[in-house]
Amino acid sequence: MDKVITMNNLFLSGHTACAGCGPAIGLRHILDAAGPNTIISNATSCSEIFSSRYPTTAWAVPYIHVAFECAASVASGIEAALKKLGRNDNVIAIAGDGGTFDIGFQALSGMVDRGHNVLYICYDNECYANTGIQRSSATPYAAWTTTSPDGKKSIGNKTFKKPIAEMLAVQGATYVATASIADVNDIQKKVKKALSIKGPKFLLIHAPCTLAWKYPPEKTIEVAKLAVDSGIWVMYEIENGLLRVTHEPKGKKVDEYLKAQGRFKHLTEKEIKEIQQRVDDDWKKYKELQKSGVKV
Amino acid sequence: MDTHIVESLADLVADGRLDAEYLNVESEHSAMAACIGAQATGVRTFTATSSQGLAYMWELLYVASGMRLPIVMAVATRALSAPLNIWGDWSDAIGARDSGWIQLYCETAQEAFDTIIQAYKIAEDSKVLLPVMICVDGFTLSHVYEPVQLEESTKGFLGDYKPSVELNPKKPISQGEYAGPEYYQEFKEEQAKAIEKSTDVIKKVNDDFAKKFGRSYGNGLYEKYNTKGAKHLVITMGSVAGTIKHIIEKEKIKDIGLLRIKCFRPFPKEIEKIINNFQSLTVIEKDISLGSAGALYTETKAISKKPISNFIGGLGGRDINIDNIKNIFASLRKKEEEVKWIK
Repeated sequence: MDKVITMNNLFLSGHTACAGCGPAIGLRHILDAAGPNTIISNATSCSEIFSSRYPTTAWAVPYIHVAFECAASVASGIEAALKKLGRNDNVIAIAGDGGTFDIGFQALSGMVDRGHNVLYICYDNECYANTGIQRSSATPYAAWTTTSPDGKKSIGNKTFKKPIAEMLAVQGATYVATASIADVNDIQKKVKKALSIKGPKFLLIHAPCTLAWKYPPEKTIEVAKLAVDSGIWVMYEIENGLLRVTHEPKGKKVDEYLKAQGRFKHLTEKEIKEIQQRVDDDWKKYKELQKSGVKV
Repeated sequence: MDTHIVESLADLVADGRLDAEYLNVESEHSAMAACIGAQATGVRTFTATSSQGLAYMWELLYVASGMRLPIVMAVATRALSAPLNIWGDWSDAIGARDSGWIQLYCETAQEAFDTIIQAYKIAEDSKVLLPVMICVDGFTLSHVYEPVQLEESTKGFLGDYKPSVELNPKKPISQGEYAGPEYYQEFKEEQAKAIEKSTDVIKKVNDDFAKKFGRSYGNGLYEKYNTKGAKHLVITMGSVAGTIKHIIEKEKIKDIGLLRIKCFRPFPKEIEKIINNFQSLTVIEKDISLGSAGALYTETKAISKKPISNFIGGLGGRDINIDNIKNIFASLRKKEEEVKWIK
């Protein structure tokens, strides 16, 4: 594998993330890759709460937090101001999946529509973890959350994950990619590549949450790896509308991934089979799309 | 009805007469978010909104003032739904009175233009550092044509913008952090002190503006009209003051004076010295705090030693006409104290 790791130490230690926090690992590598000439617009989220309690900060780069749903609009304003000031700092918006897939989607779509030169990064822990593990439209099918509990009449979350990366590619984001904290080399590579491309970019990083997904804190990387190696989390890039898978699954089955987490513990073998079928179908779709050369 | 404002700005930028980046955002929420982001980076910003749009950006009004960003915004004041109504009253802006913004209500289009220029100087003063809302009666001022003396340049009045904080990799800082119970209240105390102190700055800016451009509006906080020797005082804001002045002048009324409040936030408590010299006080306003009374009335009542009548009208764009004012003048001479609807 092409080793591209750089260390800038711009996301500082001493923050208050949980032991085994997937998003915190992602943030460190985002900043390591982006370097010091970077401005961060963060959404209200776990990452905001654990990194910036007054009078402390974990951010060694200029940082602003405004509200839950507008990291993209704040970043748009920053980028417009930089134009006026004649500067070309990297502008990175960061938000969780709740702030991206749901409440911040309009602002993100507006940012892409206007063509701002901003890299928007969503760290996806598949729920509103910060407010107590409520379901978001990034929550996978059948997962338990506090607002999608399993029960006699419920399988857990009833819907499949919103295909947000593809939606933004269709809208015209100049670079779209998915990544995972299972592969921090890949995160750094994709952040660097995104920052080298003009226009609105979107990077979606799978980032397991020990509390919400219910697995022991020391298993974060293991769980993330099971996701990419079973193919339930697909890593790809979409450049100029063309999709390219960037990681081939290692032939693991999804039941290993699902059984590693308490949020899926209620699933029967039949239900796991159905999820495996969905994953297989998705892979077929991505492979065919890549082969066809058809733009998304 | 902020649309005329943003359309004219779009033309100015398109023609190169205004050196600015113009963002067509997808919502009022994002308009304020983009203003916050840009202002925090180190440039001046402006936006305009109205009614439901102001309601939609509500959350971020508090963020802008809490982050002490000197953003300037025009609000074409209008009714709030439901029932849906696109005409003017003060419901939207009055609702935002607790958001930490300085609120300046204008009587004429000329005053609106001048106050926008003044607003930057007020907002950016190091003793203030708060956003300013210029409240302009929807339709009555935002859509009616009247001659306005435009100033092509603010040179000699507004200098180059010197931000107090900026997002700059050369000196990284964190803005918009969260504060726990051990700090949050101090932030609000600081804000409260700053908005209180802004009255001196608003007055000085009004004076400085008069020296530079030859126009001023009362003392910047309020304007007295025909008060000398008058027994009764009418208190109001915005363009309805023009109707009142017209009647006083035309009918050569001696016993009724007018106090036009320009600055509603911070509320100029110094009017206490003025209002308690009259036999009766009457507040006319285009808003109501449902379950209480008019907002201007309750503010005035808090510092008044006299009974006050409260006339609420003009809601949803209903005209407060000459006959309405004449009827009010007749009733105030009877010293009634109650909340009445202008019909």
